[in-house]
Amino acid sequence: MTETNITEEEATPDARPVDPADAPAAHKPKGATVPKAIERVTELGEKTVGEVRCENPFIVTENVDVYYGDNHAIQNVTLEIGKSEVIALIGPSGCGKSTYLRCLNRMNDSIESARVTGKISLDGLDIYGSDLDPVALRARVGMVFQKPNPFPKSIYDNVAYGPRIHGLATDRAELDEIVHTSLDRAGLLKEVKDRMDEPGTGLSGGQQQRLCIARTIAVNPEVILMDEPCSALDPIATARIEDLIDELSRDYAIVIVTHSMQQAARVSKRVAYFHLGRLVEVDETDRIFTNPRHKLTEDYITGRIG
Amino acid sequence: MTVSRKNSREIVEAGLARRRRKESIFRATGMIATAVGVTFLAVFFATLIAQGSSAFRQTFIKLDVEMSESVLAPDGELDLAYADFDGLVRSALRDAFPEVSGRSERRELYRLVSIAAGFQLRDMVSDDPSLVGSEVTVWVPASSNVDMLVKGNIDPSIDESLRPISDAQVGWVESLQEAGRLEKRMNKALFTNGDSREPELAGIKGALMGSFYMLVVTVALAFPIGVAAAIYLEEFAPRSRWSDLIEVNINNLAAVPSIVFGLLGLAVFINWMALPRSAPLVGGLVLSLLTLPVIIIASRAAIQSVPPSIREAALGLGASKMQVVFHHVLPLALPGMLTGTIIGMSRALGESAPLLMIGMVAFIVDVPGGFTDPATALPVQVYLWADSPERAFAERTSAAIIVLLGFLLIMNLAAVIIRKRMERKW
Repeated sequence: MTETNITEEEATPDARPVDPADAPAAHKPKGATVPKAIERVTELGEKTVGEVRCENPFIVTENVDVYYGDNHAIQNVTLEIGKSEVIALIGPSGCGKSTYLRCLNRMNDSIESARVTGKISLDGLDIYGSDLDPVALRARVGMVFQKPNPFPKSIYDNVAYGPRIHGLATDRAELDEIVHTSLDRAGLLKEVKDRMDEPGTGLSGGQQQRLCIARTIAVNPEVILMDEPCSALDPIATARIEDLIDELSRDYAIVIVTHSMQQAARVSKRVAYFHLGRLVEVDETDRIFTNPRHKLTEDYITGRIG
Repeated sequence: MTVSRKNSREIVEAGLARRRRKESIFRATGMIATAVGVTFLAVFFATLIAQGSSAFRQTFIKLDVEMSESVLAPDGELDLAYADFDGLVRSALRDAFPEVSGRSERRELYRLVSIAAGFQLRDMVSDDPSLVGSEVTVWVPASSNVDMLVKGNIDPSIDESLRPISDAQVGWVESLQEAGRLEKRMNKALFTNGDSREPELAGIKGALMGSFYMLVVTVALAFPIGVAAAIYLEEFAPRSRWSDLIEVNINNLAAVPSIVFGLLGLAVFINWMALPRSAPLVGGLVLSLLTLPVIIIASRAAIQSVPPSIREAALGLGASKMQVVFHHVLPLALPGMLTGTIIGMSRALGESAPLLMIGMVAFIVDVPGGFTDPATALPVQVYLWADSPERAFAERTSAAIIVLLGFLLIMNLAAVIIRKRMERKW
């Protein structure tokens, strides 16, 4: 860490990223920055800095624009997401990271005023192609939401719902198998195996979110989208979900939107920083948090904006 | 220039008294309003019960009837349709009051007993033909004037010409009472008979069955159509000027006076589609039009109250729009929809104006046995009885209202219970 622009107080010995919540702005000596060692991009321009391409791209988005009516929510975003990698989308509220996430499984379709242009492909398949059924797409691209949203049904039925509607199990035994495996992978089986018939809404917040993850992986998707999955959870439940993300990242590509930079640093391999509808910077997690190339990224991760 | 700390505290404290006063005034106003409402309701129920409860009991007279074969079957053959049962009643009365003589006096005596007495004897013989030739003791309904006298609704102390019952009749009633031959008993006729010109024979069964058939038609039509329309409008219809227009019009439709629906029913169902007049089928069709907007509005509100997160969860798993609606939205919205439907139904049950337009206001004695039989409905029966001149119909009107309110209460209670039950699941 020879090239550094962060202040003395923020420069922790290891490569641990700085979280604005840990280092409130008030503690920072104003204007007392060390002279810049590298030149940072300062403009919010058309071009994304860093590396938008990756080695083994699975999801490719090219020049994606999203409009909500007249509101240009996402502008010209190009990004590749690799197979079995965890990519975190960060940025201040309203920057378009959730909108981008919801493009990847066409959840924006349910918003009437939303319009998506550009090209998004999943493993070479154009997901906004006219012949593509969003139902089939969503079976391949699962989603976990901000607030745990189990169905008001039993735990078993929650997990079995996806396999049932897609006809993934031929008989009851197979369905049982899928439900048990999914709950096991979500780390919930031990806690709920004696009360599979109880309502999923009766679980604690963290358990509910793991139930939602189990429900998602029961459909056996290839990508899991997570929209701030831990924002409604306490730190212990958050830690469990993060462990789970680690575990799942071996088999699934995971795209996670988060407001916690610590979380982004802990779980992701790459980080994409969004600002006002533009993708400002994409890079390896370590690099973004230690040496961002864009001034806005730096401002955000050091807690000056956001 | 900001207000200093001390200064602002003073300002707040100075205003406190005014705020408290406003609050107590508001609270008192609310309490007065509630009290006025409760008082009106109490007065309403009290008068209703005071007037109507007596109709559930009816005066009966005990007669010793000689089922003489010579009267019933003068030529040796018993024909129930032509046998003179009224003659038996008359002779029983003559036997009870042997001192009465003269045609007009005797005619007055016969009027103590309802014409139902003859029918009652006929039914007894029809059930058990071996009674012919024996003497039986029966309680037969008294005429409505005697009933009114016994219940204190006719004052015997006023001038004879001003009351429908003569001094002689009053005397006979008193002597019957002394002999223990006059008694108030449960008025079964009120629940087992159709309408009648004779108050002591009139019952609400015809109106009840008419209302029942009508509500069956209404539920069968309005619930599925209303729910389907609500689902389509909420979940599938694109938001446009057209859907806004439809929404406004549905809300307007809910406010259209009910008699207008009656006119519509007359024009469309009876005149154009040539459906029978006075039929519960047509009544049900009109009432479904009337309740449809209520059900649509309630169902839409119920659908809107299903949290979007549930929809998203299902969509995110790859459920189709249809599956989202039928697996998740509908089960969660159903309690609200049912509540709306039951409230719509109780409105339909209490509706009389549109039924006047389609001929359900006719005087119909027979209890309807189907959807196309002529019928009236409970509220229309109330209207008809309230319009009748006989004194005894007044208490029957109140009794019919009590029954109608009882059904409304049960339906609204059902709505509450269904909502509570099903909410627990969620």
